[in-house]
Amino acid sequence: MSTTTGSSDGATAPGARRPPTAAIHSTEPLPLQPEEVAIHIQDLQFYYDQDAQALWDIDLECPRHRITALIGPSGCGKSTLLRCLNRMNELIDGTRYEGHIFLEGTDLYGTEVDPVALRRHVGMVFQKPNPFPKSVYENVAYGLRLHQKLTKKELDERVQWALEKAHLWDEVKDRLDDAATGLSGGQQQRLCIARALAVEPKVLLMDEPCSALDPVATQKIEDLMLELKKDVTIVIVTHSMSQAARVSDRTAFLYKGKLIEAGPTRQIFEAPREDLTEQYITGRFG
Amino acid sequence: MSGDGALLFTADADLHRRRRTERRWKAVLLVGASFSIVGLAVLIVRMLADGVPHMNLDFWSESYSPSGIRGRTAGIFDALVSSILVLGMTMVIAVPVGTAAGIYLYEYAHKSRLTDWIRATVSNLAGVPSVVYGLLGLAIFVRLFADTFGMPRQGTYLAAALTLAVLILPILIVATEEALKTVPATVRHASLGLGATKWQTIRHHVLPYALPGILTGQILALSRAAGETAPLLIIGLPTYQVFQTYGPLATGTPLQVRAYYLASDARQEAIDLAAGAIVVLLLATLALNLLAIFLRDRLQNRIRW
Ligand SMILES: Nc1ncnc2c1ncn2[C@@H]1O[C@H](COP(=O)(O)OP(=O)(O)OP(=O)(O)O)[C@@H](O)[C@H]1O
Ligand SMILES: [Mg+2]
Repeated sequence: MSTTTGSSDGATAPGARRPPTAAIHSTEPLPLQPEEVAIHIQDLQFYYDQDAQALWDIDLECPRHRITALIGPSGCGKSTLLRCLNRMNELIDGTRYEGHIFLEGTDLYGTEVDPVALRRHVGMVFQKPNPFPKSVYENVAYGLRLHQKLTKKELDERVQWALEKAHLWDEVKDRLDDAATGLSGGQQQRLCIARALAVEPKVLLMDEPCSALDPVATQKIEDLMLELKKDVTIVIVTHSMSQAARVSDRTAFLYKGKLIEAGPTRQIFEAPREDLTEQYITGRFG
Repeated sequence: MSGDGALLFTADADLHRRRRTERRWKAVLLVGASFSIVGLAVLIVRMLADGVPHMNLDFWSESYSPSGIRGRTAGIFDALVSSILVLGMTMVIAVPVGTAAGIYLYEYAHKSRLTDWIRATVSNLAGVPSVVYGLLGLAIFVRLFADTFGMPRQGTYLAAALTLAVLILPILIVATEEALKTVPATVRHASLGLGATKWQTIRHHVLPYALPGILTGQILALSRAAGETAPLLIIGLPTYQVFQTYGPLATGTPLQVRAYYLASDARQEAIDLAAGAIVVLLLATLALNLLAIFLRDRLQNRIRW
């Protein structure tokens, strides 16, 4: 299952509607070296309730400074898995988990890990842009104010830095004091990304960040992600197979709470090992 | 779709019948609405006509005394001060407790059979007749407090305020919870996802967002407390105090209680005074409700949503 070369333009399976592999961005070799792994999920079980298990036996590795896409049909547990990574699931009463998630070697569910401290380092961008009902500036500054004592000048600099990182500075530099909710949907989502980036997280979790956006705004966010991965490890949930193909280096396919298959995006899209993956990729269900 | 040319958008017999039915019901509803509006208008005009002529300077600045009534120098000054004192103490006691309880129940209490039961009980308490609170106040805040803390064995301002505080507590708790419910989960998630604690999230995002609703609830609770007479009568606030003093353990006659006693007095002067007092109560309630609406709109616009 090494990287396929030459005539590999997706014409392998009969009747397949694969995303064109030319669009696949991944150049990742198959086996992940241990030192490349940023997030290591080990035998994770997750329960919303005593008898409502949502995730079964998840084993997954996400490479550092790469983009890992979680795909799968609606209700398969993508968001649940994502929220395990910043322990947001704990905010729901009655949830329970078993297993381990290591982030750079530290067990996130270890006794000495405080979820509030963790979330500072594992940022999250949500499906629907959710800026605070405050000014553009205050949105980005909020995380900084929470965690650091900065002078006004330092704060200004960091806010600008984060907005530039999120490719938003040029569009908002003259309206920093305006309401964030006055921005367009795509701008709001980039503002949310800037807000998350401002505190310099190690990991950025994105739950269908483009599902509320038009193609142009989506394109901007995808470009942004490819640039951001230089500094952060990104895990993205997406319903769009072509998006997974365009941006991700590795792809994990979930089905009914189980991880069916994970590997380099190119391999998953061109030569999935599992029939289920093949069926999903080619749009025959889900 | 009978194919013979253009569609005709004219009413047929069936539509005519439906139109007639509509006109008939509209008339019925109009009559109902007119009755209630006219009735209310007549009531208010009558009260204003009865009361306003007697609201001269003495009305505001003089206190009540049975003999003063005849000399026409009796007013509502002492009753007004008593009311403000009782209601002020009520709010000072009830607002922190009610708001805190609402925040705790909605934000912190884990969902369980017990909290469900507490929630249901609180909503039910909001509908309990106020006489019941009067009896509770009499038993606990007057008699029990007298026995255990050696407080005066009579209806004091403090006992009145505590009773009214308990009475509006359910309203405050429910209003706080309702206001918190309107805060979108996405805002909470955004804050928590950045590494804010729960309290920081509540303090920085949830409360500012919910504040208009909470404040509105508080003002409506105040106006409810201002209108309650029965519990105050039951805990035994006096009709008249010869040497009026003001303080938590003093006692006196708040305006609504005074109006009640005066209205059952046969003398014309007393009835006039009662009419004036009722106008004051009416306007105060109206003003509070308008303030609630005004505050809600003002604060809502301040939040950039
Ligand atoms: N708060 C919750 N309480 C109980 N069960 C939940 C909760 N959230 C999700 N679930 C259940 O867990 C399972 C996985 O849900 P999840 O939201 O992770 O799916 P998803 O893959 O993100 O779906 P989608 O693509 O529609 O967003 C579903 O069966 C869902 O019903
Ligand atoms: Mg989801």
